[in-house]
Amino acid sequence: MAMSRALQLSREDLLRAYRQMRTIREFEERVHAEFATGDIPGFVHLYAGEEASAVGVCMHLTDKDAIASTHRGHGHCIAKGCDVHGMMAEIYGRKSGLCAGKGGSMHIADVSKGMLGANGIVGGGAPLACGAALAAKTLKTGGVAVAFGGDGASNQGTTAESMNLATVWKLPVIFVLEDNGYAESTASGWSVGGDAIKRAEGFGIPGVRVDGHDFFAVHDAAGEAIERTRSGGGPSFLHLKLNRYYGHFEGDGQAYRRDGEVAGLRAEIDTLDRFRRRVTEAKLLEENDLAGVDREVLALIEDSVRTAKSAAAPKSADLLTDVYLSY
Amino acid sequence: MSKKSFRQAINEALAQEMERDPRVVIMGEDIAGGLGAPGEDDAWGGVLGVTKGLVGKFGRERVLDTPITESGFIGAAAGAALRGLRPVAELMFVDFMGVCFDQIFNQAAKFRYMFGGKATTPLVIRTMFGAGFRAASQHSQCLYPIFTHIPGLKVVIPSSPYEAKGLLIQSIRDDDPVIFFEHKVMYDVEEEVPDEPYAIPFGEARFVREGDDVTIVAFGRMVSMASQAAEALAKEGVSCSVIDPRTASPLDLPTILESVRETGRLVLVDEASPRCNLATDISAQVAEQAFDALKAPIRMVSPPHTPVPFAPALEDEFVPNAEKIAAAVRSTMRAPSKQAAE
Ligand SMILES: Cc1ncc(C[n+]2csc(CCOP(=O)(O)OP(=O)(O)O)c2C)c(N)n1
Ligand SMILES: [Mg+2]
Repeated sequence: MAMSRALQLSREDLLRAYRQMRTIREFEERVHAEFATGDIPGFVHLYAGEEASAVGVCMHLTDKDAIASTHRGHGHCIAKGCDVHGMMAEIYGRKSGLCAGKGGSMHIADVSKGMLGANGIVGGGAPLACGAALAAKTLKTGGVAVAFGGDGASNQGTTAESMNLATVWKLPVIFVLEDNGYAESTASGWSVGGDAIKRAEGFGIPGVRVDGHDFFAVHDAAGEAIERTRSGGGPSFLHLKLNRYYGHFEGDGQAYRRDGEVAGLRAEIDTLDRFRRRVTEAKLLEENDLAGVDREVLALIEDSVRTAKSAAAPKSADLLTDVYLSY
Repeated sequence: MSKKSFRQAINEALAQEMERDPRVVIMGEDIAGGLGAPGEDDAWGGVLGVTKGLVGKFGRERVLDTPITESGFIGAAAGAALRGLRPVAELMFVDFMGVCFDQIFNQAAKFRYMFGGKATTPLVIRTMFGAGFRAASQHSQCLYPIFTHIPGLKVVIPSSPYEAKGLLIQSIRDDDPVIFFEHKVMYDVEEEVPDEPYAIPFGEARFVREGDDVTIVAFGRMVSMASQAAEALAKEGVSCSVIDPRTASPLDLPTILESVRETGRLVLVDEASPRCNLATDISAQVAEQAFDALKAPIRMVSPPHTPVPFAPALEDEFVPNAEKIAAAVRSTMRAPSKQAAE
């Protein structure tokens, strides 16, 4: 087997990949714990377990590229460069949050970073990514757009419509299907009729299926797809098979899962463990390097929670701002 | 008769109607849950557990979980209604109507008229609405004014568990398409609800309380807020009627007009965005038909014209409450000359 191109990443890039994945993991583990205390309002959907997707894809992107995310958006935000303090403050509904406390977990965005928003509407993102790709193409920025969507979202009409639009308009857009096995409590094996890759191929979009817990496999496949699309090859499709470690939303009892399902996943196929093993066995990074990142990330998350908790809530006058630019 | 939650009242109405009429089927995302998954069947019973237990009673043939394809299954429910089924589709949050609105307002709503009165569409769409859940802009809207705007749709907004059961049974028995609005903050509210089936007719408003000075009209969750306000105002010597129209379409305007003719003052409470909502609609009709009876300008209590914010402090500021309603009522009690200056 040819050596993964990702294994040939520079030391800096490997550390960056690990740092981002670890940041996502710690962020989500911490939000999970804090949510349980009752301090975090609203609906929260955690991305823990799926880190290789966001990071393996977004490492090939820069600020001129855009992504459209989902309700499970924290990982995409971090991988696309959103400020972790701003994200945490947003989740707590603070004025200092990335969306000034008006959006919350389901709507975190930073358009300046090309992060077009988590999304409360399943299937809402793919058309937006097509639009971002159209803008990049028309304005000749060289940018591409990535539409992240789940197995559930893959069944929305908007997904099919966007794929067709991307083909007929020859848009530089990459569709990334994050198939974590469930949409809420419903298994993707039941809900997704036919074959996801064949669906894409039906629209003339080449697709590959990848183990979404293998950072290197995702990074390789995403690199090829994005390169192809960026250089004018038309839209691409990735089908990532992965798993979420928590419930659909915080508070989900997960009665639909097998007993011990998540414990088994964590023990056997954990993305971060696998990454660690690969890079240390290949002597690309030392345990020490990784432990250093772990410490930094823990401190970052701790600080983000501490500052978010003590940050000010928006003032009542803020209720009326931002509806229009002028009115 | 026993104490039941809003959630249980709805579940019971569905179960009793499914029992009574084999043509009633229910469908929606995760309304049973666990399809194709290794764990329990009926793992969810809907996102907030409203349909829990029904798959055990009626089986997967009549309790249809759907993929996330609102255009597809809401449209299929409309088509099935044309052809002999009586589907009750659950559209989890009313905000998602954006995905499937064509099937509702161009298709289901218009069949009867477009087809010259030769079709019936006994379709119910149950949907969750309203603010107060910290669910932010895409999961907190009311949107019932949009449906009220569409000829051919009936719009039902129950204000309590008792109301929910009787109105849902009526919705299922009704031969027109009905959009049934369940306020997400009300599912755990409890009251005495009869065990046997009963139907509450559409277009018949209910007096929650009767008074002489001011008429308050409120919908859904706002009915209990209006009652609280009326309670507080009674202690100040202001006596209010509180009217719950129950259905926004059809609307029991005669009852509202009659009450306004008695009190001469009207406060309209509507949780929907303030432009073109039920308050403005009723206000216009009362101004047109009972202007002579008004002793003070009509007051409307609605949120500001903004999306629903996430931050708890902002959301609390956003939603109408008993104090805001009471303030509006008091303002109608002041001398008209003073009001003009305000
Ligand atoms: C249009 C729409 N329908 C339904 C929902 C409710 N909902 C939120 S997430 C979700 C499941 C999404 O599943 P999937 O796309 O696989 O993403 P995952 O949660 O697995 O990451 C559903 C049904 C929604 N938010 N929007
Ligand atoms: Mg999924």
